[in-house]
Amino acid sequence: MTLFLELLINGLSVGAVYALIALGFVIIFKATEVVNFAQGSLLFLGGFTISEFSDDFGFFPALLLGVTVAAFGALLIERVLAIRGSAASVNTLAIVTIGVDIIIAAELVRRVGVDARTLRDPFGADTLNLGGVEVATSRVAAIIVAALLVTAFFLAFKYTKWGIAMRASAEDPEAAALMGIRRSRVSAIAWILAGLLATVAVIFLVAFPTPGLDGSVTRLALKAFPAAILGGLDSTGGAIIGGLLVGMAEQLALGYDNYLSFLGGGFGEIMPYVIMIIVLLVRPSGLFGTKDLARV
Amino acid sequence: MSDTTITGTSPSSADTGDGASRSSKSDSASDLDNRARAVQEAPADPQRRSRRLQWLLAGFAILVLALFPIYQGGSLLYIGLTCMAAAVGAVGLTLLTGVTGQLSLAHAFFLAIGTYSYAYLSGEPGGQAVQFGGLGLHPVLGAIGGVLAAGVAGLLFSPIASRLRGIYLGVASLSLVLIGQHVLFNWDTVTGGFNGRPAEPFSLVGFEFSNESPENLFVLDVPFGKNERLWYLFLVILVLACLFARNLLRSRPGRALQMVRDREVAASVMGVGVARYKAYAFVLSSLYAGLAGVMLALILRPTPDSFGLVLSISYLAMIVIGGLGSVVGAVVGATFVTALPALFQQYSDVFPFLAQPGTGGLDAATLAKFLYGGAVVFVLLVEPGGLGAVGRRIIGTISGASRLTKRTVKAANPQDSPTTEAAVSQPDSPRDSGPEREAPDRASNQSNRDEEH
Repeated sequence: MTLFLELLINGLSVGAVYALIALGFVIIFKATEVVNFAQGSLLFLGGFTISEFSDDFGFFPALLLGVTVAAFGALLIERVLAIRGSAASVNTLAIVTIGVDIIIAAELVRRVGVDARTLRDPFGADTLNLGGVEVATSRVAAIIVAALLVTAFFLAFKYTKWGIAMRASAEDPEAAALMGIRRSRVSAIAWILAGLLATVAVIFLVAFPTPGLDGSVTRLALKAFPAAILGGLDSTGGAIIGGLLVGMAEQLALGYDNYLSFLGGGFGEIMPYVIMIIVLLVRPSGLFGTKDLARV
Repeated sequence: MSDTTITGTSPSSADTGDGASRSSKSDSASDLDNRARAVQEAPADPQRRSRRLQWLLAGFAILVLALFPIYQGGSLLYIGLTCMAAAVGAVGLTLLTGVTGQLSLAHAFFLAIGTYSYAYLSGEPGGQAVQFGGLGLHPVLGAIGGVLAAGVAGLLFSPIASRLRGIYLGVASLSLVLIGQHVLFNWDTVTGGFNGRPAEPFSLVGFEFSNESPENLFVLDVPFGKNERLWYLFLVILVLACLFARNLLRSRPGRALQMVRDREVAASVMGVGVARYKAYAFVLSSLYAGLAGVMLALILRPTPDSFGLVLSISYLAMIVIGGLGSVVGAVVGATFVTALPALFQQYSDVFPFLAQPGTGGLDAATLAKFLYGGAVVFVLLVEPGGLGAVGRRIIGTISGASRLTKRTVKAANPQDSPTTEAAVSQPDSPRDSGPEREAPDRASNQSNRDEEH
């Protein structure tokens, strides 16, 4: 029972982190119809910047720098994609982000080398005792921070001018443009937000129970894809639920690995993808995604 | 190509006999006009000239490739072999992603199935740390089995593939690679686990594509070992694979696939069963991948680690750099992406700025990644047709085809569809023949009903 509770909390925490990254995907997709395969390397970029500067400046200033660099990187990608504008197909733009991802990841992997780095986050290796269950502090912090960020995002999405502008242009780009909404600004803010979310996520992705930041972090970030797809690529709420689902399933499968040994060791690692395939078989546009209807 | 009199305007290979008779009746005025023009301006049909030039270049390339092992050996030959194997796989992917417009990141998975099926079917049991099995079949059977196994895997995935739209398919196919790799690592009685397993050399009617049997084979005083022999086998496979793909693109199913990419709704209205054709494309592309996988098994020791997402992405890079949907482009792109890192590694002492891997400097693998990542971005943003389009334009300029075609088309039939391109890509357009007109309508009704289910 303790194991189950522990796995549940861990799953919630990991899921919250996936949800943050997935939310980034969804925001970008809603604003620009681009699926950003470079999200993993944006996250890597943010984490790398933090690890570079946290020794000299301390964690929080480094975090600020990391967020800035990742947001700037995201903005740069957005500008590059805008060269082709709306003339290019969704697939084409997605492949462009894959190209960008190859470049950024290659450079960062080269700089980081083989040793895992620490970001010097304030949680260190502390653990908390929650009713008899031992959990890493960073895991609990992840849940709290993610909850705060997600709440802030949904409030902004609902009430701020940008939120309304974005929802409007996601609904009907042409009508929104005629109402004086600047699409370029909406999409720029979306990319910046995604960079910010990714950088916050990377802190918890490489915090205490894991070995630290190295080249494999992009592979971790990849798991946010099933999360976003599960929920439906154009549903912000779906991204959160998808993230939690994927995180829980993964942690439970990893925790009960010895019962799943007939599926091969480390089955939990691919659990998110298995769930995604199953969900897509039943609902081709994800759980909460809008169905693609064609008018003839 | 019976209708040589009508220049430029006819999508010659798409035209059947019925099409030729139509054009000779209805376009007779413009036909005359054309003939007069042809006499005035160009001694030969520029389009034919451009096509002849293309064949000439292809023939020349094949000749150079055929002579290559006589003059070069060692690692360059080996790099060439990897390029040819990659090229076959890339042609398969371009049929799916470039021609049919289905983004797939699962190519590495199908390659792996081809590779390991061959290794298992024709291999002998063995292994020290990890015991793996093998059926010990004849390599030809093993190769056929490898290709078919990949095709079956594609068939099994195609119900998912044909249901998913656009980018959802891309991400779903990504999961196939990761799940596949998990299976490869764990199913070690077949795959040999982490360290992989060796594959049997290929042999054909007693002639082995290895260093033995016949031993000490010399052709023109050049020793013909494993790589030299495989070179010719691979060259034949590559040429056949390209010819098949090229002919497919000009056939009725090929046009249907392109139609599915360009506009699904329009395609189904024209009578193309969209879901069915998507499934066809998936199976065909995985057959190609299986073939490429078998070729890979012949030249290297397959390990599960090498069939990851990186491989899938590099195949995507190949077809993008070469130009999506272009067969020759896929071959060129495959050569670019495969040979680049290997050549940098090979000649790292020639490039003074290249550092040894791990020292923190710019190493060969990273530089190659920069180059091909950059090429992907550049091609898609600046020249979406890729190297294929650049090549076509050069050939067009040399033969004067592009310049003349435009003018003759404009002069010949202004009432017709705006460009030859458009006419080519719509084989079933209503202006085609009377009696056939009914058929597409009926078929489209059917496919609409199919979609409602």
